[in-house]
Amino acid sequence: MMLMLKYALLSATVLMLVALGGCYSEHSGVINLALEGIMVIGGLMGAMMLNILPETMAAGLKVVLSIVVAAASGVLYSCLLAFSAINLKADQTIGGTALNLLSTAIAMVVVKRFNGTQSAKLSYDNSAFLFKIGGLTVNVFLIIGIVLLIAAYIVLYKTRFGLRLQACGEHPQAADSVGINVYRMRWSGVLISGFLAGIGGFAYIVPAVQTWNFEVGVAGMGFLALAVMIFGQWKPGKIALAAIFFAIFKSLANIYDSIGWLNALHLTKEMYNMMPFVASMVVLAFTSKKSRAPKAEGIPYDKGQR
Amino acid sequence: MNKKSFWTKPGFVSLLSSLICIVIGMAVGFLVLLALGGSKAYTDGFRQILLGGFYMKPSGIGKEIVAAAPLIMCGLSVAFAFKTGLFNIGAAGQYTLGAFGGLAFAILLNAPWWVCLIIATIAGAIWGAIPGIFKAYLNVNEVITSIMFNWIGLYGCNTIMYGRGSGAMYNPKQSKTFAVTGSSLIPSKIFGWDMAKTFSYSSCTIAIFMAIIVAIILYIILNKTTFGYELKACGSNKNAARYAGINEKKNIILSMLIAGALAGFGAGLFYLSGGAQWIPGDSTALPSEGFDGISVALLASSNPIGAIFSALFISHITTGGGFMNASLFPPEIADIISGIIIYLCAFSLLFRSAIMKLLTGHRKPEETKPENPPKGGKPAGKERA
Repeated sequence: MMLMLKYALLSATVLMLVALGGCYSEHSGVINLALEGIMVIGGLMGAMMLNILPETMAAGLKVVLSIVVAAASGVLYSCLLAFSAINLKADQTIGGTALNLLSTAIAMVVVKRFNGTQSAKLSYDNSAFLFKIGGLTVNVFLIIGIVLLIAAYIVLYKTRFGLRLQACGEHPQAADSVGINVYRMRWSGVLISGFLAGIGGFAYIVPAVQTWNFEVGVAGMGFLALAVMIFGQWKPGKIALAAIFFAIFKSLANIYDSIGWLNALHLTKEMYNMMPFVASMVVLAFTSKKSRAPKAEGIPYDKGQR
Repeated sequence: MNKKSFWTKPGFVSLLSSLICIVIGMAVGFLVLLALGGSKAYTDGFRQILLGGFYMKPSGIGKEIVAAAPLIMCGLSVAFAFKTGLFNIGAAGQYTLGAFGGLAFAILLNAPWWVCLIIATIAGAIWGAIPGIFKAYLNVNEVITSIMFNWIGLYGCNTIMYGRGSGAMYNPKQSKTFAVTGSSLIPSKIFGWDMAKTFSYSSCTIAIFMAIIVAIILYIILNKTTFGYELKACGSNKNAARYAGINEKKNIILSMLIAGALAGFGAGLFYLSGGAQWIPGDSTALPSEGFDGISVALLASSNPIGAIFSALFISHITTGGGFMNASLFPPEIADIISGIIIYLCAFSLLFRSAIMKLLTGHRKPEETKPENPPKGGKPAGKERA
């Protein structure tokens, strides 16, 4: 049971962080399909940083530095999406897809080059990120996640910035008419999502294992996070609950062989891996009709348009 | 009435803008090579990408042709859905299902190749229709559904094929599926010409011609039939189409079904030619053909005939990427180039209007057809991403 809790918390943190990222971006009016790609880039840069840092460095400093690098690279990479979607008014879905494909290719090239071999595996030491509460191993991202969740609630609902951000996703023309700079708000929305997805990508690969094969990218976690966001109705609190729901499904793949009755079902690991995706389809099928999506999301804002 | 000159036709302008995307993509690729290999960037890397299969005649050309056939089909799959205003990012999953269906009939039943090909097509069609049904009746955006079903399909097919290491199609000695043999292989001879021999590449079969024929058929369907017109009408303006009495739900499902069938057919063409064996243990990576299909469709501005050429181009640079000096340049550099090309294609409208301005002084093309990608946002934002 402890094991299940450990894995569930791990996935829940990741899904929540990334879904919160998507939430900022979509509230500003930009569909961020590139979450998966941003996660890969964030994870890649964070893990590389961790690999480069000297072993003797203090654990706390290591953690801070590598997380900062992961978040910063996520922000940088999301600039590509923001530029094409906001300034060039490009199709956001296609732009996001391009960034997803690009990210895996970049990660493989960088890691292979870094290793000097044909292998896309990167090793790092993750001990600095883990600590124990009672018998339960948790990682620092859990704390970061909770802090950022509370922050997201306050920012989106209690600050001028957050309310303006949401206005740009609901009715950008109206927002513009009262003097809000829609382009700037949308840029901030996308960059914040890059920040969160960058950390999320790092949080996905580092606490669980000591070696990551970048051929797999982040194996669809970014897309699951999108489903979490939709299931969470674009609201931080509900997103956190949705993330936990999906994380339980996700964790089954890691622990099924150590739980008697699950093992007795004789399902393969692949089938457990499949479950979160099936669950998300079922959930989407029932929730989409009364969707609370920001009204203007996906539509490029054109100042001259009436 | 304006006299139409060839130079300002929308087709020519899209071609120009695609060429711009290609040139910029290649330039960035070259910069990456320079950064990685310095003085060897051209001799050990870029030259291979430029030459593609011709770097290693004749087997390289054979390899390029074999890889082009499924790319044409996946490109057509994505392009066809674009015409109806749908983004089929699920070609990878439909391709997986097609491979599974085709291989199952070929390996287990040793059925003739054309039967296997039909099965592959049907399997892909079913997987394509699901997102269509979700979109038409449950209002779930096809992008999300397709992505989820990509993974569901991949995990599902791999589970069955691998079968805990003892699956009937699985060859534990090679950790791959068994090779397709005998009458299940697509023939390599056409009118007495043995392609496999000419290119000394055994999996070079008539698959490429089948793909080209399908592209031509699709061109005719889209441009010369009522059915094609209805599909395009749904893509251009859903509400106007409904007002004109077109059954929009039926068309969404049909369009996705056909898109899926095309991707499944492509998988059949590749795996029944013996292009490769499926690796069921590798359940973390979706087949790249499905995603390359997006580049193919975008480069071709969703024109079926254009897809033939853009697929050949993508196959050209990926094959060339494999010939680079691997100790200096990882072959994924070709993927970076194609990723950048998709990124640029996302705002190719901008290129198009710039080209028009250069050519005529006006900003708008003479004929404004809202073709691929379905214009910017979704109408009225009613549906959920």
